[in-house]
Amino acid sequence: MSSSVRTINFTLNGRSVSVNVQPHHNVVEMLQAQFALFGARESCGQGLCGCCTVLVDGRPLSGCLYLAVFLDGTEVVTVESLAPTGKLDPVQQAFIECGAFQCGYCTPGFVLMTKALLEQTSDPDDEQIRDHLSGNLCRCGAYPEIVNAVKLAARKSKAGSTG
Amino acid sequence: MKAIKPQVGHQVGRSLPRLEAREKVTGRAEYTHLMQLPGMLQAKVLRSTVAHGRIKSIDTTDAKKIPGVFGVYTSDDIQTVIPDPYYGPAFHDQPILAIGKVHFVGEPVAAVLAADPHIAEQATQRIIAEYEELPAIFDEVEAAENKVLVHEELKPAGTFADLKHLKGRKGTNIALDFRLRRGDVDKGFASAAHVFEHTFRTQKVLHLALEPYASIADYREDGVTIYSGAQSPSFVRTEIARLLSWPENRVRVKVPYLGGGYGGKLYIKMEALAVALSMLARRPVKVALTMEEQFYTITKHPSTFRIKSGIDKDGKIIARKCEVWWNGGAYADVGPRLTQKSGFTASGPYDIDNVSIDSYALYTNLTPAGALRGFGIPQLVWAYESHTDMIARALKRDPVDFRKQNLLHDGRPQATGTILKNAAIEKVLDRIAERLNWKKPFDRGQGVVRRGRGLAVALKAVISPTTSVAVVNVAADGSATLYCGTVDMGQGSDTAMAQMVGEVLDMPAESVRVVPRDTDVTPYDMGTLGSRSLFHMGHAVRLAAEEARDKIAALRRELGEPEGSNAPLGDLFRKKYGMQAGNIVGTGIYKPDYIPPDSSGLTTNATPFWMVAGSGVELEVDTETGHVRITRLINVADVGKPINPKIVETQLSGASLMQLGFSMFEKMHVDGGQITNASLADYKIPAIHDVPPVMENMTVDAVQDNGPFGAKGVGELATFGVSPAIANAIDDAIGVRLTELPMTAESVLRGLYVKDNRPLGDD
Repeated sequence: MSSSVRTINFTLNGRSVSVNVQPHHNVVEMLQAQFALFGARESCGQGLCGCCTVLVDGRPLSGCLYLAVFLDGTEVVTVESLAPTGKLDPVQQAFIECGAFQCGYCTPGFVLMTKALLEQTSDPDDEQIRDHLSGNLCRCGAYPEIVNAVKLAARKSKAGSTG
Repeated sequence: MKAIKPQVGHQVGRSLPRLEAREKVTGRAEYTHLMQLPGMLQAKVLRSTVAHGRIKSIDTTDAKKIPGVFGVYTSDDIQTVIPDPYYGPAFHDQPILAIGKVHFVGEPVAAVLAADPHIAEQATQRIIAEYEELPAIFDEVEAAENKVLVHEELKPAGTFADLKHLKGRKGTNIALDFRLRRGDVDKGFASAAHVFEHTFRTQKVLHLALEPYASIADYREDGVTIYSGAQSPSFVRTEIARLLSWPENRVRVKVPYLGGGYGGKLYIKMEALAVALSMLARRPVKVALTMEEQFYTITKHPSTFRIKSGIDKDGKIIARKCEVWWNGGAYADVGPRLTQKSGFTASGPYDIDNVSIDSYALYTNLTPAGALRGFGIPQLVWAYESHTDMIARALKRDPVDFRKQNLLHDGRPQATGTILKNAAIEKVLDRIAERLNWKKPFDRGQGVVRRGRGLAVALKAVISPTTSVAVVNVAADGSATLYCGTVDMGQGSDTAMAQMVGEVLDMPAESVRVVPRDTDVTPYDMGTLGSRSLFHMGHAVRLAAEEARDKIAALRRELGEPEGSNAPLGDLFRKKYGMQAGNIVGTGIYKPDYIPPDSSGLTTNATPFWMVAGSGVELEVDTETGHVRITRLINVADVGKPINPKIVETQLSGASLMQLGFSMFEKMHVDGGQITNASLADYKIPAIHDVPPVMENMTVDAVQDNGPFGAKGVGELATFGVSPAIANAIDDAIGVRLTELPMTAESVLRGLYVKDNRPLGDD
């Protein structure tokens, strides 16, 4: 297997990185094994639950399906980048205030999906929120609180950007 | 020292966000599935491809040759380190790896260790296991006929004293039969004006926590440390110590946060395999399952419930006969306990003089079944609340009035003979009816889309007797730390427990440190299950905090502080010890009184508290497609006095959404013992579009007199009433009665065709 190792270069949470990857390694494995980042985690292994969500060039992707080699030349954002100075992102703050999780396993995925949504649409309505989050699963069933959290995050982000 | 006024105020009753919230939104919360240890090997498991068979041979030669494989192991290897490798909470019937026979498709047969999980996985595919297939049994009612036997001999564990009489029993699949006889049910039926009998079934579904099962064992000569996503760390410790013939203090179980549990991670799951492999490899070993493997680990019990009721001319239920068959799968897990404890309330929240209950735990050749958010209660409520509505409709009675006429009230004996207390059943029913505007006319629609509404109420006796122990340690600066073994798997227990400590010690709950579960440090707890923790551990925590508070008061007196002084704690310690030094430690132990049922299943003390909840539903049925759209879901519960109202609300909401999946679409499809939809691609769980447009989750005004701060358990409550409330609403909309879960569009459409006297064929 080692004969086909490739070196890739990409931006991870704002820093340029270079790493050797096996062709069969997916993004989650690579982030965990080589960067000790565990916010994106595998659950279903089929790209159906969203626990492994990362943002690649601003687009949410399932890190359990996407092969690490494809990250060459991209900009990758994981949940770990959201509170660089310890101050929580408005999305994270909104999830806490709305009680938008229970066990927390799916939460980084929902948080990143919400970040991506608010980049595109600063004031999403309920239907847009639900459509955007329909690929993320929460077995604890915190969906009603998650919808509230996205709306609160939109308000917080707006207040933050104008004030 | 200067006395200052208390500034903190009540901690109990605050809607405080979860203490660990920050860790969870930043992706830094610790879960076993994500943990790594230095030198750790990963295990992958070869699983049985047949439902019942004798193992003829297991050839590991090719698998061992793969570069990077550390070792390949079968039960022969396991038995060199653990000679009697059978485990389980009720029965010691489950081998770490199959011995001689396999009993279900997916049973672990061999394991491969490698540093690289891909290599381990690849190697499992090179193991060749051959089986001589045996006849298998899958249906719980057929299993009771004992024509095909799953096990040659029953092997009850010593954990539960009342199962001992089953030891060595042969020729049966019945792991436990619970029997309750109250009054004279036959006489009751004989004098009844109307008798109704119906049979209801539930399907095989699973917990499907998004963090799949994971355990890591690090075995050393002098002890073993286990990291596990476990709901009952104390039980894991006891069971591993038993398997190793070691004292408990050489077994350490550490439990970080759980990525969901719902009853699946109870008792012992992957821990024994991880320990055995670590003993063989002399390296830390991680057994972390995939989503697919969860389908071969533990599920909810499928069930068949035949229920018969006799009603007198005035509409009073005078006799009820309940026969319940629980499909426990190949290993008992906690099925026998579930069979008995849920059996207590199989006749429902009604005041019935003559009751007969038979509840059977059956072995079958399927994935083992255990507790799933309700300990059997949702299966029972599905039957008895559907049945109640069917009777009301047949008698042309209003379903709410009929229920109210027959409800059990505080002060009256429940079926077991235990007097009902602090069970706000009528309040819950009234609130649901009020929210549904039950008395007002309801537009059922015309044409293709019809509308209906329905409700259901339920009663559960919380499992008893169980013990919890807690320690509160006040440091010399006055800060407090709580040591308790309750596992926070998302229900918010750490937060609620901290609120109780804060309440007693008059400090903000946020300032209380809750130590993550570690059996070297956190004292005994029976397990985080059956909505018991807030009550049992809550009491232990309260007692521990009160002892600490009393010791602080004693210290104040010893130091000559004036009565009523509340000088800062740090000042007291400095005065006492001359510097910032010392501790005040309070301990609390709680075990409620309990009287085991007699040979008729009767007891005057079945439970320390009753759980009461119900649901109301409004929905639309598309009569052309059978599609059901739930437009409104109302969950009402008696939780006593909520410790954290916001967390209570989200618990109710989440539980009801989980049950919505079990009601409408979740089902493990089994064909000849093979599960044909063992993945999230084929087994759908509720997603955001499945949430009803209107959801209301609320508690009634109530107090649990013997509860900590008036509170009682919550976690399971909103699963109880959802399924029958939906079935009752479907009947209300289109006159079709469904008696089997899930209530798919196909089953609704088939019902409509049957109603029109033109039933659809099977193809």
